[in-house]
Amino acid sequence: MELLQFAQRNYSLLLRALSEHIQMVLISLILSILLAGLLTIVAMFFKRIGTLITHLFSIVYSVPSIALFALMIPMLGIGRNTAITVLVLYNQFILLRNFITGLNEVDPAIVEAATGMGMTRTQLIFKVRVPLSLKPIFVGMRLALISTIAVAVIAAFIGAGGIGLLVTIGLETGNNNRVLWGVILSAVLGIVVNATLVFIEKKIN
Amino acid sequence: MQEIWANIIRYFDNNMDAYFAMLRQHIGISLRVLIISTIIGLSTGILCVIFKKQQKWIITLFQTLRIIPSLAILVLSIRFLGIGMGPAIAALTFLAIPPILMNTVAGLEKVSLFVLETAKGMGMTPLQVWLKVRLPLAFPMILAGIKTATVEIVASATIAALIGAGGLGQIIFQGLSTRQTELLLIGGISVAIMSLGAVLPLNLLDRFLQRYRNI
Amino acid sequence: MSKNTPVAIEYQNVHKRFGGANCNAVDGVDLSINEGEFITILGSSGSGKTTLLKMTNRLLDPDSGNIVLFGENIRDVSPVQVRRRIGYVIQQVGLMPHMTVAQNIAIVPKLLRWDKKRIDSRVNELTALVGLEPSEFLIRYPAQLSGGQQQRIGLARALAVDPKIMLLDEPFGAIDAINRLNLQDELKRIHGGLKKTFLFVTHDINEALKLGTRVIVMNEGKVCQFDTPRNIVKNPADGFVESLIHSCREQEKFWEGLI
Repeated sequence: MELLQFAQRNYSLLLRALSEHIQMVLISLILSILLAGLLTIVAMFFKRIGTLITHLFSIVYSVPSIALFALMIPMLGIGRNTAITVLVLYNQFILLRNFITGLNEVDPAIVEAATGMGMTRTQLIFKVRVPLSLKPIFVGMRLALISTIAVAVIAAFIGAGGIGLLVTIGLETGNNNRVLWGVILSAVLGIVVNATLVFIEKKIN
Repeated sequence: MQEIWANIIRYFDNNMDAYFAMLRQHIGISLRVLIISTIIGLSTGILCVIFKKQQKWIITLFQTLRIIPSLAILVLSIRFLGIGMGPAIAALTFLAIPPILMNTVAGLEKVSLFVLETAKGMGMTPLQVWLKVRLPLAFPMILAGIKTATVEIVASATIAALIGAGGLGQIIFQGLSTRQTELLLIGGISVAIMSLGAVLPLNLLDRFLQRYRNI
Repeated sequence: MSKNTPVAIEYQNVHKRFGGANCNAVDGVDLSINEGEFITILGSSGSGKTTLLKMTNRLLDPDSGNIVLFGENIRDVSPVQVRRRIGYVIQQVGLMPHMTVAQNIAIVPKLLRWDKKRIDSRVNELTALVGLEPSEFLIRYPAQLSGGQQQRIGLARALAVDPKIMLLDEPFGAIDAINRLNLQDELKRIHGGLKKTFLFVTHDINEALKLGTRVIVMNEGKVCQFDTPRNIVKNPADGFVESLIHSCREQEKFWEGLI
């Protein structure tokens, strides 16, 4: 009950937190996909570099987000841009892993047939491999999105705003309702986004 | 740059004991959580495979749990379990179970039916089929789950400093609130090294166990 | 067969129906197989041949009827004990991917707690028996073998504890024509040298007639005919067997037309 009253009184606060969060997530996701797409193309042409990049980002991915945030502050200061940088770095491993394995796992018989028809390497990638691995590519994007939503909550500690801010300020001021709304919004956002994307995935198939 | 370096040295001069106490705390809590969550995740996974009917909703439950941001679960645990080491361990275990459970189920189900049938056909008892064939063949997948869980545990244990778990997270949070660069660097690098250090032996073990795959 | 040869396998009015099916997978099979015979079971998919085989080592149990091995009703023996006495080979081979060739062959001897020396010498002996060089192959993993080599190891593994009965479920079904002919010849050689009872399921009529000392033809769960290859070709028992032979003959004509 108390929780609902809090929401009634502060709905603009909650709405702002939510929209800040979604903005931060979307910007990060778009930048992540652009970067990962570029790196994937590089990886398709230079296998060695591809493995190297993936290994590098797997190391970045095993560094806890709060530590990565802390390490970025001396270089980039606090705020949303630092948070977005970390989120983009973090996503690279998730995206690259799904993109590259997806493209590589296309049925070799089809690849051979396409090569036999005289396709160039570039044509092979864009006309055969990409269209045939849309599913893993999409799954990669979904996983990245869900991870971004969660990590962005932690970004509030470095002054990036968003849903996490409800939690951090709530904890500092002992405002239970604020904390709980932070928890609810972040959980619901994650679950709803995931369910929607899983639904779309199934529809496409 | 030089100033930061001097500050780092000064920190260790004054706080060496406190630093190592936090490091020990962090490792201690992470190890305990890892052991508990491995036991729970592995056994629940095995039960899920045996009792197929219950499998679906248990998996859905933990999949959903995995989507909820970890900070939300940690904060929520304060409300239900209170503050301190015990609640922190419980909350972190909650976060670490899903990857282990999911990979256990996936790994066990992936074992070829023909391999299981020949094992049975050769006269292995059901227990022998599990211990000598099914679990060993699923183990690489299970290990991958444990690896994911380890990263998750070390990361969340850092944030769990907020709910009274102690550990290296304290240095980072202090650094954040006092804007002391040296604390951010000390905390951040320590946690990063710890996470990478925990994953490395698991990677080596994985490579050793999978040697039969790609020779 | 001389009258002194003991009976190895006896099926007494065996029935089996799977849940949800509306007819019997195996429908009143009554057969007696002597020791040392090489029996092939011929039938198309769904004929009940694999079901009959799997009931012999208790991977499945009949709904009614008895199966008797060397005078012992297998209902009275635990499934695990029955299986350890019988060699079992399937089309997919089912080698344990995490074990080397040597470890795969040694599985049942280890279950029976043989000592290491005996296991080692047996493993070597068997690898040579199936036509592979022990020093080269024993340390390999299944992923490093060709399909034919894998099935040879599957055979060696099934022979490990010298079972009196071998069950083979389309063991060469996934192997190319040339290798299949080689393996058939070797299997015949191995059978001749060991005096074991082989029960070999196949859907390939040429394979069935070539390998079997007697052939069981099955259709829709029932045994259509159980006789020597020669008698089956000469006097097909019913329309089904006749059509099988006819189809084979047609192919022969096609071949002759090419020459």
